[in-house]
Amino acid sequence: MNREKVIFAFFIVLAMTLNFGFYSGDIDNPDHHNVYEFFFAIVVSMICTVLKFGDRSHLGALMLATSLVADLQLVIAACIWGYAEQVSGAGMNAANMSSVVSLSAGALLANFVSVILLVLETAMLRR
Amino acid sequence: MKNVIYLFLRRLRAPLITLIVVYAISILGFVLIPGRDTAGQPFQMDFFHAFYFVSFMGSTIGFGEIPYEFTAAQRLWTLVSIYATVIAWLYGIGSSLALLQEPMFGRLLRRRSFARAVLQLNEPFYLICGYGVTGSVLVKQLLRRDIQVVVLDVNSERIDALEMDDLPMTVPALAADASLPDVLDDAGLQHPHCIGVMALTNRDQVNLSIAIASKLLCPERMVISRTESDATRDNLHSFGTDMVVDPYRTYAEYLSLAAHAPYLHLVYDWIHNPFHRPISSVYQRTRGRWIICGYGRFGSALYRAFDESDVALTVVDVDARQLRDIPHAVEGVGTQADTLLQAGVNDAVGIVAATGNDADNLSIIMTARELNPQLLTVVRQNIHENNLVFRNSGADFVMEPGRIIANRILAHVKSPLLPQFIELMLEQHDDDWARELIQRMNGVIGAEQLDCWSVSVSPRTAPALAQVLEEGSAFTLEHLLLNPHDRTQKLSAFAILLQRDQQFRLLPDKNTELQSGDEILLCGLNKAFVQMKWSLNNYNVIQYLMTGDESSQTVLSALLKRFAGQSESR
Repeated sequence: MNREKVIFAFFIVLAMTLNFGFYSGDIDNPDHHNVYEFFFAIVVSMICTVLKFGDRSHLGALMLATSLVADLQLVIAACIWGYAEQVSGAGMNAANMSSVVSLSAGALLANFVSVILLVLETAMLRR
Repeated sequence: MKNVIYLFLRRLRAPLITLIVVYAISILGFVLIPGRDTAGQPFQMDFFHAFYFVSFMGSTIGFGEIPYEFTAAQRLWTLVSIYATVIAWLYGIGSSLALLQEPMFGRLLRRRSFARAVLQLNEPFYLICGYGVTGSVLVKQLLRRDIQVVVLDVNSERIDALEMDDLPMTVPALAADASLPDVLDDAGLQHPHCIGVMALTNRDQVNLSIAIASKLLCPERMVISRTESDATRDNLHSFGTDMVVDPYRTYAEYLSLAAHAPYLHLVYDWIHNPFHRPISSVYQRTRGRWIICGYGRFGSALYRAFDESDVALTVVDVDARQLRDIPHAVEGVGTQADTLLQAGVNDAVGIVAATGNDADNLSIIMTARELNPQLLTVVRQNIHENNLVFRNSGADFVMEPGRIIANRILAHVKSPLLPQFIELMLEQHDDDWARELIQRMNGVIGAEQLDCWSVSVSPRTAPALAQVLEEGSAFTLEHLLLNPHDRTQKLSAFAILLQRDQQFRLLPDKNTELQSGDEILLCGLNKAFVQMKWSLNNYNVIQYLMTGDESSQTVLSALLKRFAGQSESR
């Protein structure tokens, strides 16, 4: 067992599960989407990105790319959230909430690809 | 080379993750800890404000407690976060600075910028491996002729020395092991503009691997290699190395020439060495017995060369075992007068101090000169730094291997016909012939520096000449040697070798008609070389040289000429 691999896989899967937890629920209902879950999703996604730094393999490059996509989507979602609550004055209405959740859905897809790549890499290693 | 970026990112993993985690915990703490607004009502900070506060706190800007004054619990958390974030930042910045200072990182960066500089070269260049004495002399001389070079040396001090040397062009240089093919590749081995590779390191094995790599990757590329052993020499020749230079053998041949054919030797010297000796310095008293002190690599090469040209020899060496097969041998260093007397210094014509120790060598020639002031002295210089002493030693020849190889290679670079000429001259002609030649050279150039260059008659290198020959005109060597500004005068140069269909003709007759495909080797003043380029490249100049007719060949002048002819006939 490789300790580094455990940590790596842990964070990648955690990024996906957290994101999924945030995403599930009615898309426009703010009560179904927890802000703390969102915060942790961003933090774990960023840690994932840094963990993927410096891998020279082709698969490593793909994983880094998916991670960057997830980061981008989540950061934009966070910006929308912050803008809606603090700047616009409208608060978290249904429209804003659904944009945030749909962006996080995109990030979820990227996380999912990341996990598939991880599984693929492991499968190749076994062979 | 993306290595640098990968290395950087990999090393920064831990500091970056620390930073993210510390920020996340601090932000979360501010969101969770209840505060109080100005009215005293409970207030929960949201993520937006928490991130804002932690951002300016972490970078120690400090705008104060916002949006409301903090409670004691919040202040306690701020205290913890300040130290945590500052330490995280210091850790991150410290690791990146440490990485930048790491020698390996510097090496990677230097290699990268070197490879990029080589890649961007857009003119022909030579790749020189080894920046010792030979390398530095060659680099200077090549740059003087406006030829770009790229330098590799395993010793970083030498590369520093190159950067300190005042060179007229920027020379891409790298401290790396040239025997590694990927280093050679970065240095432009496969670059389309690389015209030759010179393996000049003082280790035969390295030179061998450079030559092999070069011949494997680019079989057409010229490779020049230095070697000190016969085995490596044969090995290098076996896979088509273009030129192999053995410093000891080369110098031994050179010196034996001085001993038995002083005028041939002088021709050889003039052609190879830009700072040549005057004709009056020719050594008259060279026939007789020579003494060789030190029977090492140089001594034995010398012995063989002298032996071939039937020169009587006495060898002096400390090691009696080495002297077993030599008829006239004396045991001893040669620094003492009695050893030299025993070797017969009084009736010898020359002495060669060829030991591996510079102090011994100097001592030998000084002692010998005291015993016999008429003696010709040859001294071997092993360490380049001893230059000053050797220059003032008063020896007739100072043998420094580095310089000899440099001159040999330079002659080859100037024109491949030059070594050919030397070879033919030594094979076919005797000293009297050389005496005439040297007097002719002297008449042409006087006290100035002799330059050699070659002209190949082809549309690419001499377009005007090729065109004239295609038209069927007879153009002789004599025409070529006329001054393009005034055809009644001759250029200060003459042809010494003509190559036609793999046939060589030494000192070709001046009435020889040139043909397409000819290669001509000329010697003379550098000024004449520049003027000759006019005749080679300008059709009108060539017409003028052949006929004395200075008219130009434009349509307008043709019309005018016809008009003038009509009015005259009328």
